[in-house]
Amino acid sequence: MEHFGLWVGAFLTLGIYSFLYRDNAWYKLCEAIFIGISAGYWVVILFWDNFYGKFWIGREEEPMLWVGAALGVLMLCRLVPRIGWISRWPLAFIVGATAGLWMMNYFSSNIMAQVQSTIMPLLGEGYSASFGEIVGNFVIAVGTFAGLIYFYFSKEHKGAFGATARLGIWVIMITFGASFGYTVMSRMSLLIGRIDFLLGDWLGLIQ
Amino acid sequence: MRREIPLLITAIAGVVFVVQYFIPHSPFNHLDGWFSDWFSIVQACAIVLGSLNLLMISSQKIARKKEGWGYAVVIIVSFFLITIIGFAGGEEFRDVGTGFDWLYNYTYVPLSSTMYAILAFFVASASYRAFRARNAEATLLLLAAFFVMLGRVPIGDLLTMWMPEGFRMSNLATWIMDFPQTAGQRAIMIGIALGLVSTSLRVILGIERSHLGGE
Repeated sequence: MEHFGLWVGAFLTLGIYSFLYRDNAWYKLCEAIFIGISAGYWVVILFWDNFYGKFWIGREEEPMLWVGAALGVLMLCRLVPRIGWISRWPLAFIVGATAGLWMMNYFSSNIMAQVQSTIMPLLGEGYSASFGEIVGNFVIAVGTFAGLIYFYFSKEHKGAFGATARLGIWVIMITFGASFGYTVMSRMSLLIGRIDFLLGDWLGLIQ
Repeated sequence: MRREIPLLITAIAGVVFVVQYFIPHSPFNHLDGWFSDWFSIVQACAIVLGSLNLLMISSQKIARKKEGWGYAVVIIVSFFLITIIGFAGGEEFRDVGTGFDWLYNYTYVPLSSTMYAILAFFVASASYRAFRARNAEATLLLLAAFFVMLGRVPIGDLLTMWMPEGFRMSNLATWIMDFPQTAGQRAIMIGIALGLVSTSLRVILGIERSHLGGE
């Protein structure tokens, strides 16, 4: 069965790669299999992990789980067109609760905590860092400030403000370049992984 | 009423979940955990809706014999194949050696990783266009990407072996990732967070209503 599986995996891998030549029936077949398999995969995973694992097993110990089940049932009302509008209630709850939760969490972790860790000591008693780290901390403080200035569009980018905004765009360009380079490398390692599967696991040409 | 009730629910839920942040006592200190559980259960119901929608669209395509209806058959068959095997497997559905595990390893994994891996080719072509040093900004983009890419492969260090330790390509790439890259990311992150806070406020106050759809 494992041997057959390797052939199936190779067939699907090559089918997706056939798109590099052009859109074709083999690619479309693999794409359709991917859509069906991934939708089914998540239905099964969410049923066993979230519905059965969380609600069904824990419903007697934790009565508050029934609230989640009620919200889920209301969500399914969308299947009946006559009462489909009720499905907006759980959606409204989820959106409202998420907005409330995220507002505070993001404010604390992505604004306050980030500002705090941007303003690092450069020199001082009880603080030891290498020259590279000191320069780096300075770069972070100035770079973050300049980047934020660039994103402030309520004032015209002129004079000292414009010069800081220009520095900001340079920092952001370095960020984009570094992130892009990092993404290229991660995609390359995935490609190497697939080639390793085809030449190693499937054809046995490399060990 | 069909619009007012959801708006009220959004506002009350929003305010309650803001308040819970400041009150570390029962029942407010449990709200975060409860919400996470409720969200998981609702998620399980929402995927049912999504899957039914996929099956309905595919069935309509088959019934009307639209172009490419054969692929819709494949979607339905693959969906039911993994779903039936997954449900029939019981709680141990994903144990090693089960049918679900086989389908996961030999269909889902190759397909999903190849879908991401194929992007390497498109990213390579995009790089060619993006990395042309036309002005100062594009040059900075090019240099940062060049150092990070070369610093992640052994040849980078090999080429800079004659330089002091801190200036070798891998260390240079790490420095770029740790400092200037972090600065830019942080500026973007703070900007996004400010936008998120203001959007959340708009949702809670009922100014932003797009999540309730048209009608």
